[in-house]
Amino acid sequence: MKIFLHNRSMLPGLVLTLIFTGAAIVSLVWVPYDTTVLNIAERMKSPSLQHPFGTDQFGRDILSMIMVGARTSIAVALVAVGIGMLAGVPLGLAAAARKGSLLDEVIMRMNDLVFAFPSLLIAVMITAVFGASALNAIIAIGIFNIPVFARLTRGAALTLWSREYIMAARVAGKGPARISVEHILPNVTNLLIVQGTIQFSLGILAEAGLSYVGLGAQPPTASWGRMLADSQTMISLAPHLALFPGLAILLTVLGLNLMGDGLRDVLDPKLRRSRS
Amino acid sequence: MLQYFLKRLLSLGLSLVAASVVIFLALEVVPGDPAAYMLGVNAQEDTLNALREQLGLNGTILQRYLSWAGGLLVGDFGTSYTYRTPVSELIGERLWVSLPLALYALTLSTLIAFPAGIWAASRRGSYADAGVMGVTQLGVAIPNFWFAMLMVLVFAINLRWFSAGGFPGWEDGFFAGMKALTLPAIALALPQASILTRVMRSSLLDTLGEDFIRSARAKGLTRGQAMWRHALRNALIPVLTIMGLQFSFLLAGAIIIENVFFLPGLGRLVFQAISSRDLIVVESVVMLLVFAVIVVNFAVDLAYALVDPRLRRRR
Amino acid sequence: MSLLHINRLSLSIHGSTILKDVSLKVGAGRILGVIGESGSGKSMTAFSVLQLLPNGSACSGDISLSDKDILACSEEELCSLRGKEVGMVFQEPMTALNPLQTIGAQVAETILIHENVPKAEALARAAEALRRAELPQDRFPLSRYPHELSGGQRQRVVIAMAIALRPKLLIADEPTTALDVTTQAQILDLLKRLVAEDGMGLMLISHDLAVVADLADDLVIMRRGEVVESGPAAHLFRNMQHPYSRALLEASGHVPVKSARTTSAPLLQVRNVVREYASHSHGWWGQTTRFRAVDDVSFEIRKGESLGLVGESGCGKSTLTRAILGLEETQGGDILFDGEPVVVHHHANREVRRRMQVVFQDPYGSFNPRWRVDRLITEPYHLLDSPPQGSERREAIAEALESVGLTADDAGKYIHEFSGGQRQRIAIARALIIKPDLIVLDEAVSALDVSVRAQVLDLLADLGGRFGLTYLFISHDLSVVRSITERVLVMKSGKIVEEGPTEAVFDNPKDAYTKQLVDAAPVLPADVA
Repeated sequence: MKIFLHNRSMLPGLVLTLIFTGAAIVSLVWVPYDTTVLNIAERMKSPSLQHPFGTDQFGRDILSMIMVGARTSIAVALVAVGIGMLAGVPLGLAAAARKGSLLDEVIMRMNDLVFAFPSLLIAVMITAVFGASALNAIIAIGIFNIPVFARLTRGAALTLWSREYIMAARVAGKGPARISVEHILPNVTNLLIVQGTIQFSLGILAEAGLSYVGLGAQPPTASWGRMLADSQTMISLAPHLALFPGLAILLTVLGLNLMGDGLRDVLDPKLRRSRS
Repeated sequence: MLQYFLKRLLSLGLSLVAASVVIFLALEVVPGDPAAYMLGVNAQEDTLNALREQLGLNGTILQRYLSWAGGLLVGDFGTSYTYRTPVSELIGERLWVSLPLALYALTLSTLIAFPAGIWAASRRGSYADAGVMGVTQLGVAIPNFWFAMLMVLVFAINLRWFSAGGFPGWEDGFFAGMKALTLPAIALALPQASILTRVMRSSLLDTLGEDFIRSARAKGLTRGQAMWRHALRNALIPVLTIMGLQFSFLLAGAIIIENVFFLPGLGRLVFQAISSRDLIVVESVVMLLVFAVIVVNFAVDLAYALVDPRLRRRR
Repeated sequence: MSLLHINRLSLSIHGSTILKDVSLKVGAGRILGVIGESGSGKSMTAFSVLQLLPNGSACSGDISLSDKDILACSEEELCSLRGKEVGMVFQEPMTALNPLQTIGAQVAETILIHENVPKAEALARAAEALRRAELPQDRFPLSRYPHELSGGQRQRVVIAMAIALRPKLLIADEPTTALDVTTQAQILDLLKRLVAEDGMGLMLISHDLAVVADLADDLVIMRRGEVVESGPAAHLFRNMQHPYSRALLEASGHVPVKSARTTSAPLLQVRNVVREYASHSHGWWGQTTRFRAVDDVSFEIRKGESLGLVGESGCGKSTLTRAILGLEETQGGDILFDGEPVVVHHHANREVRRRMQVVFQDPYGSFNPRWRVDRLITEPYHLLDSPPQGSERREAIAEALESVGLTADDAGKYIHEFSGGQRQRIAIARALIIKPDLIVLDEAVSALDVSVRAQVLDLLADLGGRFGLTYLFISHDLSVVRSITERVLVMKSGKIVEEGPTEAVFDNPKDAYTKQLVDAAPVLPADVA
């Protein structure tokens, strides 16, 4: 625990992450103002004691909107990371266990194919067919995460497969599936946790982008990207409309990235240098 | 070398076919009649029929795919329903905004990232290094469309150095066009440059720890000479990979950034097409962008072979 | 006057002491052997001479090279010394060259960096340096890239780089450790010849007494950052004073006490085994060529016997090992264990497998770092239909650990808490736990320091007698094979080229390759061990 907090990036990262997840959780039971009620009399107020971040063009409290928006961002990004891991990790393990086989080839070629579709294009296609929703964003980002985790897992698993303890396990009569679960998976977990935080932060950025162009969460669901899109035409009159949601995204992503760096340093010192 | 090239070329072709199948099938699963979907519920029967004919909806899936893909090969993307012009013309016009924007941003990010990464790596552990790393940490975290909005607020609305959006067209001269693309390109380049700087730095540091750098130093090269002559080209290999991957993010980012600046590029086109349910345009633009990503990765593979002699003669 | 004189050199890196009061001398035209086990500071001593030390290093004492005070030199002066006055050769030839540059450019660089000559002249001199390192231009033109050369050839390029300017001093840090025995002998000959030709001094660093023994004029023995003994080689070998150097010498030539218990009944029969790999070497739709890693190999291991299998890297011994363990299928022939086939219907035969175990080379990579010792050594229980549970299991673990010289308490520890030698004991415990008949030792002591190696060899000999084990001992190291096996097979290019009682084969090799191998193997002077 001590090395955890002694790490230079870990502490600020953890604090930022806790603030935003905390805000999202609190918003489930309490927000300063109800975000579904419009109050035209109070519209576009600058930050004040009543409204620390001011109000928007419909008189809604921006702090409350950001708290509720955190919920959307975190939920979308988290589920997308979940999809990526649940599908990508087994694929990567299987490809590594059967390296050079047809299965490996098929999995890797499919990965390459998905990599050619940025999540935004996937979202464009889904929206064109089914219409826009937050679910779109989850699916689009989730699909894009699959090859990320599959490649990472395969690469790490391949180096492990050449270790002699895997050979020892095979001499003990264990099959590839069992070896993957008993020996490979526990030894790639650290890597997955680190990549998970990175994909989580990328997911938050992607969700904001999708909502901003209208391919993500739809009104009345509050979302940071949506708030920025709505503020754009009023940016010269009321810059605070654009400032706070943008800062929220920036700080959340920054916090997650710092935490990812810190986790990597703590969990696996050997990885420290291979970070992008 | 030739073998390597042919192998890549084959895999390029296969990827393109696979991608076109995916896109075709994805838009083929539209519930119900695509023609009715596109025209809405109040469509006249004869307009519907005309559209079906035009979409080639009257054959089997395979026939329709082949006629669509065959069209793509000769540059015939079909005809847009809403614009009533060939999609290829629409795309052609818009490409003259999107492509220069993407290239502008790529150039900027490379010009920033290479020196910054090399500088930080050569002064590892110094304040300069920490400063560069801090800035890139922010650059990676900042949503580029928000950064674009802030730039509009500062440089267009307050300082009036640039216009807040729109594109005058290349008819007004090269510099007018480039000026209109400058803020969008900076917004696009910032996150990419930050990532690339970090990759450049860490790759260079990894390479500087290699045994052959020690050999070079034992020959009498200074630290700097060893870095420039031996480390840099070796460090470039992972950097190229990331640049290839980044291109797809750059394209996706361009679609969003075009919205911030009201640029008449492919991004605007695709959103207008979505809202007017013009599936042919959506399909074509997506195909084109995916095509670009695949071709760029092919080019990166070829670049590897130029940098790395081990690939040139590998059988 | 000596060429290099190190006097009371101390070195600390980030505050921890690496070297303490090291003194040594290298004279022109003389070879100084620096010997020590891992952690003795021998490499750091070498790096100190060129001041190529990691960040955070602090040196004190005195290093003088032809009367020049190295520790007082500026970085610029040091750069002009490196490569010109002092050349250096490293341990790992595979990574010591820039993969993206031709060998010609890399050798010529040594010249270009120190002398203002036209590039063409530098290249001509590079060709000459390569020729002196026995890489003639007709077979190894300047335009070759490192990946087109073998390890031994790359080491010659590194040597050419180091001697291109005919330096006064050459420092070679374990130059042959990563190479096969025959290549090692050639490289050592080359170094010896260059020293004689150029009259330069050579500082030859090695962990292996035997490598240095017939080359060095003088010796320095190091341990934990200190020189424990030094002097002229011929004298020193006969008059070792310090207990550590004596122990080192004893361990190098150590022969464990063997108990003869070989029977005539065969335990493992290998008959006409063929293992082929398909390699797509002629394009992606061209024909596939086949590479025979194991080519029509036949032999037997008798119950209670200790059989050696020697060969250089790439000879097929690892592939053969995997085939015997049932990890890979063969394309021809039979492998029978006590009359039963090792592989049945494309699957390893469980009945047979539970009677064979293996110990690998790498004491660090052989264990899952996330498991405790008890789980690690009971992994072979997977082969049993009803593995012991509860107290029975605990007793079995304790017994296995105690039989390899560890304690029952070690069962709860993680692998990183053990040293290399202890880890190898744990690997042996893992092999023993299901009471196998045959243990395959795949380079099992190759990664260990000599003194630890001697202990592990004693342990193996002792266990063999106690549990009636049969050993298949695979190694590239002839002296180890000689000390522990009764019979030996010599393998080359997938074939067994010679077979017979170990002593007889090594003393009187019949096959040309075996002769070459035996001649190349470094040996300690006969009268000292």
